[in-house]
Amino acid sequence: MKIVIIGGGKVGTEIAHQLSNEEHDVVLIDNDRRVVKLLGETLDMLTIYGNGASLEKQRQADVGGSDLLLAVTPQDELNMICCIIARKLGCKNTIARVRNPEYARQMYFIREELGLNMTVNPEWSTAREIFRLMQYPGFLKRDAFAKGRAEIVELEVKKGGALDGVSLFEMPKKLKVKVLVCAIQRGGNVIIPDGNFRLEAGDRIHVTAPAAELVSLLQAIGMRSRRSKNAMIIGGGRITRYLAESLLKIGTNVKVIEMDQRKSVQLAEALPDATIINADGTDQLVLNAENIRSMDSVVALTNMDEENLVISMYAKRIGVEQIVTKLNRTEYVDLFRSNGVDCIVTPKHLCAQEIVRYVRAMQNTGDSEVISLHHLLDGKVEAVELRVSERTKYHDVLLKDIQLKPNILLACISRRERIIIPGGGDVMMPGDTVVVVTLAGRVILDLNDIFQES
Amino acid sequence: MNYRFISNIIGRILLIEAAFMLPAMIIALYCHERASFYAFAVSIAVIIAVGIVLGFVVKPVRGDFYQRDGLVSVGLAWIAVSAFGAIPMCISGAIPSYIDSFFETVSGFTTTGSTILQDIEVLPRSVLYWRSFTHWLGGMGVLVFLLAIGPRNTEGESMHALRAESPGPDVGKLVPRIQQSASIQYKIYIVMTLIQIVLLLLGGMPAFDAVTITFGTAGTGGFAILNDSMASYSTYCQAVTTIFMIAFGVNFSIFYLLLIRDFKSVFRNEELRAYLGIITAAVVAIAIDIFPMYGSIFQAVHHSAFQVASIISTTGYATVNFDVWPQFSRMILFVLMFIGAMAGSTGGGLKVVRVSLIMKIIKRSIATALHPNSVKLIHMDDEQVDEDVVNGVRDYFMLYMILFGASILILALDPFVDFESALSGVATCFNNVGPGLGLFGPICNFSELTDFSKIILSIDMLLGRLELYPILILFVPSAWKK
Repeated sequence: MKIVIIGGGKVGTEIAHQLSNEEHDVVLIDNDRRVVKLLGETLDMLTIYGNGASLEKQRQADVGGSDLLLAVTPQDELNMICCIIARKLGCKNTIARVRNPEYARQMYFIREELGLNMTVNPEWSTAREIFRLMQYPGFLKRDAFAKGRAEIVELEVKKGGALDGVSLFEMPKKLKVKVLVCAIQRGGNVIIPDGNFRLEAGDRIHVTAPAAELVSLLQAIGMRSRRSKNAMIIGGGRITRYLAESLLKIGTNVKVIEMDQRKSVQLAEALPDATIINADGTDQLVLNAENIRSMDSVVALTNMDEENLVISMYAKRIGVEQIVTKLNRTEYVDLFRSNGVDCIVTPKHLCAQEIVRYVRAMQNTGDSEVISLHHLLDGKVEAVELRVSERTKYHDVLLKDIQLKPNILLACISRRERIIIPGGGDVMMPGDTVVVVTLAGRVILDLNDIFQES
Repeated sequence: MNYRFISNIIGRILLIEAAFMLPAMIIALYCHERASFYAFAVSIAVIIAVGIVLGFVVKPVRGDFYQRDGLVSVGLAWIAVSAFGAIPMCISGAIPSYIDSFFETVSGFTTTGSTILQDIEVLPRSVLYWRSFTHWLGGMGVLVFLLAIGPRNTEGESMHALRAESPGPDVGKLVPRIQQSASIQYKIYIVMTLIQIVLLLLGGMPAFDAVTITFGTAGTGGFAILNDSMASYSTYCQAVTTIFMIAFGVNFSIFYLLLIRDFKSVFRNEELRAYLGIITAAVVAIAIDIFPMYGSIFQAVHHSAFQVASIISTTGYATVNFDVWPQFSRMILFVLMFIGAMAGSTGGGLKVVRVSLIMKIIKRSIATALHPNSVKLIHMDDEQVDEDVVNGVRDYFMLYMILFGASILILALDPFVDFESALSGVATCFNNVGPGLGLFGPICNFSELTDFSKIILSIDMLLGRLELYPILILFVPSAWKK
């Protein structure tokens, strides 16, 4: 498909990278010469220098003949104008990044009236992700499927814990919870396992479970299963604002530390129920004085990756149970994990994930559309939710009689209200949705792509 | 430096070269040229063996591939292709000396067209075919070909390779995908080649001549198969060749823009206007200058146009011995050698776009002398040219001139050459033109030079074709550090 991206910042670059790797023809417009030059050299796409909202540049990029326009410049208003022009030029699908909290409330109106197909707000998505993590502090990552009825959660296998040395066969029996391990990272390797696989301490595993069983899962492996009561957020940007709002609504105590005086006042205005501290959150004295030790969760959301890391490492050292770290640059993510910073959120990845899902759904012409898509293990594994139709080969065939391609796993079947963790005796029926886990790099658009043809 | 990956690239390119040698072998079989048949068979076997070792036995590692790896692999690939492409010429006995064969092959792949052969017509047909075909392949580039047919490659690797091989200061793409870009370029190239072959056949040219002459034109090379180059063909065939020489000197993105009917961008292209303007001016000036020699306006314009097209596109065919023309005309041709064709074409030289940018830089520096604090930006095609590109062009020009000077100095060591010949011999090789003036005029050749001079000129041809850096970097020790 032909896709035009306006704005080559963090999110724009990440999306361009992923879409280009998925064999789409990408054109990127940016008004910074250096960005245009650099991206043109490093990614296989066309780059154009100029203002993406100008008719001339959009014509040059052939927006009218493109399938999708993505506007991800820093300015919300500019993004919307880009989309309106693209729509008038004949582009069928437009996505704009709109992240001003004041616009967030009128999003529906904006989308309808301006003819945008979708708006993305990486800060809001990030806040939601962190909020969900804080409901179950034991998990490092949560991805919801089947309208939230099933989840894939990330765990670390602790030394001497309930999972250490357990083979996947024995796991349901041992834990007495119906779960399925669908992906494992051991050292630098990512594995899609079979039943004989034996877990070791230090493995990062992804587990599929019905949402209702998450608490039992945490209890079975001896981790705390109640949500955070006291949260400290360091850094007072947009994510903080969205996150604090949601946390306050469910009665969590929220303490925000923000260095900037003016921002602190604005936060205090917007979040009257939160405790706003105007101080330097990287200062140990400040953290101790604000009683970081008694917090259930510490969320590091400053604009500097380095500061977030230092704060997280300190919180880990003094024994805070849940630490969530925001990182923008992810090249060094393995390095951070080895230092105990393991619950990481990256706004640009979340945003790219939403857009890639949209693009996959657009590509799919049949009826087994992509319903949701999540990247696991730093993007090395993909979980895709698809619908089973009459056209699907092998529907109503016992799973043990179906041969899947290597490194593909069927993680979950959702039949009306029921979640089935599949075994050999289950079947896929038309109308079901299924979650397929696969190593990234193999693009799954259709359920029929997963079967091994003999 | 990612040696394994570079080895893989070179291996795959050698396999492609072997595949392209097959037609030559078949021609040898068809024409009962026993010696050349065995020569090609042996060469193909050797090249396949080396290609498989480099390309598949040495396991390529993915990953780090930076600009310098791109430059080094292009430089090495061209040397390898030339070194192996010379084998059949040497062992078939057509050109007994390997150094001579190497010079001839480099001259072919770099689309120069300078020859060390005193009598071309005695060569076996299969060798003549291979010699002309190297022009065709070298014109668009061997790596571009590999890209066009190779597997999909999303990372920077292909861009670095393409940048190093394609002529011009600012390498752009036609469409978002580099592989698509490469294959569009090759498709246009193939179609234009076929059209020229058909037009020449319609003019009554023998099939073998039509094919080889077209290969020489398409790559802007200039290897003919007759001793008098193009002189004995009909005026019609010469005129067709004139038009196609000019056409193959045009940036291929212009043809793409014509295909997608974006005429506005074509008209806006300053380089195209400059290229056609220079050609018109040179044709008129020379036609007036040589009119007394031919006595007919038609003849004067015809020969003037052919020679101008041949030199500015850096092809190097000749219909007359222009070395006997008046001094003024010879000097115009000498200057045209340096200007060369358009960026993104198959031609050589400095490229018209660089020359016009240099003119603009000079204009700006004069203006700055008058108004020291003025802020002036350089524009091209109504768009501001990045200062990085401006500086790059300036550096390139300086380096070009220094290497040109150094080569003349080295060539002067050769007892054979005189002043004018040394100057024009280096100019013609460096700019990938073909014939020079004096001892290297259109009816002469490079056979009398010492082996040392031939190697120097071979390096000059490679430097010129790959725009200096890919070859130059091979001599920089730090490029080889891991």
